[in-house]
Amino acid sequence: MFELLNSHYNYFAVMLLLGIGLYMLIESQNLVKKVIGMNIFQTGIFLFFITLAFRAGGDPPIIKEGGGPYVSPLPHVLILTAIVVGVSLTAVALALIIRIYTEYGTLDEDKLKQLYYD
Amino acid sequence: MIEQLPVLLVVLPIIGGAVPLVASLVSDRAGWPVATLTLVGQAGLAGLLAWTVSASGTVSYAVGGFAAPYGIELVVDGLSGAVALLVAVVSLGVLAYARQAGPHSNAFYGLYLLLVAGLTGMTVTGDVFNLYVFLEITGLAAYGLVASGRDASAAVAALKYLIIGTVGASLYLLGVGYLLAATGTLNMADLASKLGEMAAYDSTLVLTAFGLMIGGLTVKVALFPLHTWQPDAYANAPDTVSAFISALVSTVSAYALARLLFSVFTVEFLTAVPVARWALVGLACVSIIAGSALAVSQDSVQRMLAYSSVSQFGLVVAGFAIATPLAVVGATVHLLGHAVMKGGLFAATGVIERKTGATTVNGYAGMGSRVPISAFCFAVLSLAMVGVPPAVGFVGKWYIVLGAVNAENWPVVAVLLASTLLTLAYFARLVERLYFAEATIHSEETPAEAPVTDGSGQAVSFGMIAVVVIAAALAVALTAAVPELQAMLEDTLPPLLNQ
Repeated sequence: MFELLNSHYNYFAVMLLLGIGLYMLIESQNLVKKVIGMNIFQTGIFLFFITLAFRAGGDPPIIKEGGGPYVSPLPHVLILTAIVVGVSLTAVALALIIRIYTEYGTLDEDKLKQLYYD
Repeated sequence: MIEQLPVLLVVLPIIGGAVPLVASLVSDRAGWPVATLTLVGQAGLAGLLAWTVSASGTVSYAVGGFAAPYGIELVVDGLSGAVALLVAVVSLGVLAYARQAGPHSNAFYGLYLLLVAGLTGMTVTGDVFNLYVFLEITGLAAYGLVASGRDASAAVAALKYLIIGTVGASLYLLGVGYLLAATGTLNMADLASKLGEMAAYDSTLVLTAFGLMIGGLTVKVALFPLHTWQPDAYANAPDTVSAFISALVSTVSAYALARLLFSVFTVEFLTAVPVARWALVGLACVSIIAGSALAVSQDSVQRMLAYSSVSQFGLVVAGFAIATPLAVVGATVHLLGHAVMKGGLFAATGVIERKTGATTVNGYAGMGSRVPISAFCFAVLSLAMVGVPPAVGFVGKWYIVLGAVNAENWPVVAVLLASTLLTLAYFARLVERLYFAEATIHSEETPAEAPVTDGSGQAVSFGMIAVVVIAAALAVALTAAVPELQAMLEDTLPPLLNQ
């Protein structure tokens, strides 16, 4: 068990982040905290990709004389794109939350439900 | 020129979408003409592309000149050509509706064109990560459009849509990670050849990837029980947006699901791992029945139509999962037909609401004589959705059922046949109210005040009615295009279906 934890700690960290993010997303009553949970969930996925690129003894993927083996540059590039997407999503979500707060005067999901369905 | 068409199809609406924002400096009403010009061009390009594909086969384009397995490839075959044409034509048609009904701000048209770009991108891409990026562009634009309603409830619906949609897209991205770990590639054609060779079909890695990617997309398609965002989003968005996203967003996601099934995992995977096929067919069947049951129990017409989508997409996904050529042709026909019919139905509810203030099933009582043209089109579209021949809804369902019979999936055949009855259960009720029920308001009285979505009054323009009429006409006339579509698909499908 400890062996597995020691050799695969990065995957455990990813799963932990996914779990924390999803739990916050579902369980938190506060809309802003829900968005934070969404961000943590996405960060878990980003780290999963980054950890895929790792290669023991690999150099950073900048080609130089006598360099190599290199870590895979592809996941880094993909995640750069995914981070941009994540930031845009967060911005839109926060804009919507501001609109909801000015209109209903609350960020609490339960109170909002009462106002929303009446 | 021809080989550059796929990329032009994505770039044109992005550039067109930026113009209204810049034009805001000069004029407040530049959005509509710019969007119309852009989408006329888009429809022309998509038509040319579909014609090229049906005449001379698949067109592919390497973005930035990087060749396929390493670079991003855009591929258009019979299936994606047809969907790209649908996106261009429907988005152009809804513009006629938006002229009078829609939010008039330039920002709205910017988002509208961005959504077209995202949808087209999802259609033409040949790369699973690129599909994620376009999925999120589509999502971002759709959240913004849903929130563009004047009512604050639109913002709540949009936030719910955003949170659920983001989790779905993120699960898809996680699945892409699993595929990358299994094969080291992201190109769809390359994945199809490497899956099963480098990574066994029944390995945990591939199965998890399948579950995550398909699960993520079914959130966007809105299959039961992942549909919860949809009724709120459709009912609270402005009428223009409801018509637009109900016609296209779930449709293109269902197309992406088909693309994953046939171009990435391939039919061999479905045969090698029967549990995957059964899970998908089971989900689709549950969706058909639960969606219909929920639709019957709704009072608001727009919510009823939204739940109807849950059921109809169950039918489409069932057709794709059965994966015989007949069933796939049927699912594609129903996918395209559903877009026209559901878009038309939402457009018709908008017109009826503006003219009479009726939004509920009981409120529709006796409205047949008050809004004759729209009510007639609504009835035609409803019957087309139920599957009365010669409407396109019949052809799609017929082929799907034939495919299921060929595959000897008897329980599925039973559910598919029952789905027609279930659809009848909620549409017949509405048509009956429209024409045979006593009006609840006397026609001499002034119509009840309709909720104003954008502050421009309740006026119904010629363009709005034209959209409804054209949708109704297309729902019947598209049947004539089915042989053409079938020929296009048959050129594309045998390699996809490995036959």
